[in-house]
Amino acid sequence: MTNYHILRVISKLLIPFIFLFALYVQFHGDYGPGGGFQAGVIFASGIVLYTLIFGLERAQSVIPLRVVEVLFSFGVILYASVGIAGILKGGQFLEYGVLAHDPVHGQHLGILVIELGVGITVTAVVIAIFFSFVGRSEVDAQ
Amino acid sequence: MLLTLLALTAIAIILLRDLWSSVMLSGIFSLVSASLFMVMDAVDVAFTEAAVGAGVSTVLMLGTLAITPKHEKNADRFQEVALLVVCVTGGALIYGTLDMPLYGDPDAPIHQGEPASRYIDRSPEEIGVPNMVTSLLASYRGYDTLGETTVIFTAGIGVLLLIGRSKTHSGK
Repeated sequence: MTNYHILRVISKLLIPFIFLFALYVQFHGDYGPGGGFQAGVIFASGIVLYTLIFGLERAQSVIPLRVVEVLFSFGVILYASVGIAGILKGGQFLEYGVLAHDPVHGQHLGILVIELGVGITVTAVVIAIFFSFVGRSEVDAQ
Repeated sequence: MLLTLLALTAIAIILLRDLWSSVMLSGIFSLVSASLFMVMDAVDVAFTEAAVGAGVSTVLMLGTLAITPKHEKNADRFQEVALLVVCVTGGALIYGTLDMPLYGDPDAPIHQGEPASRYIDRSPEEIGVPNMVTSLLASYRGYDTLGETTVIFTAGIGVLLLIGRSKTHSGK
């Protein structure tokens, strides 16, 4: 799709806003609809759009598959380590109340971090699945 | 109205032989169901449906179509067993809905008893997060969400092992 100037220009304009919206959904999930899962999908769709317009090669130079693989394990580890942090602070697994002096603050902190973990995992997995599909079709086309 | 639209889209998907149109229609199907969830005040679910169903899965289906033929193969013969299985399963599902409480019925079992009322009463002071869906998903049901995240993680690994990395090995 490298010859479609309108698509290239418009998507270049849109992608930053898609990322911004994803971050908004990610960190505003406590107050409005949304959360890690939705934000992850939206963030990944920004990358998907970039791949569709500029091709797999350029997309992978922006975010290589190796990084994606590390990221999607990192999200789950981040989530689980919040649980472990709860144990270390003297609570139970995934008990956020003990993470800060005030239990409500602890809840806020816990929810924020685990949503981030979910977001990172979902983003990375969607990108990885999309890269695999595209890589597959490019191999078949050769 | 939305349900009628949903049913029409589903019938169109079944009747169409052209896979491209089917994929686009399934995207529309997801968008319509997202609007339906929205009307039912399930904003978070609607959000997910719109992002995943209408967005990402449509793109993934299109990616698959780039590899496979564009048209559905004509069935060679009439499959009686398949028709029987579909009718029995569909009948059982419809029979199951007969027992379900009406939409918005305050006497429905889900609105009675301990868990629901406790979450609604105590969530604002215990968690202090305005969006109760988030407080349920992330805090009260933290284990479940950890499990879901692991499921997504496993799905990613599965896809990578099955079809991923083919480019790095054979392509370049």
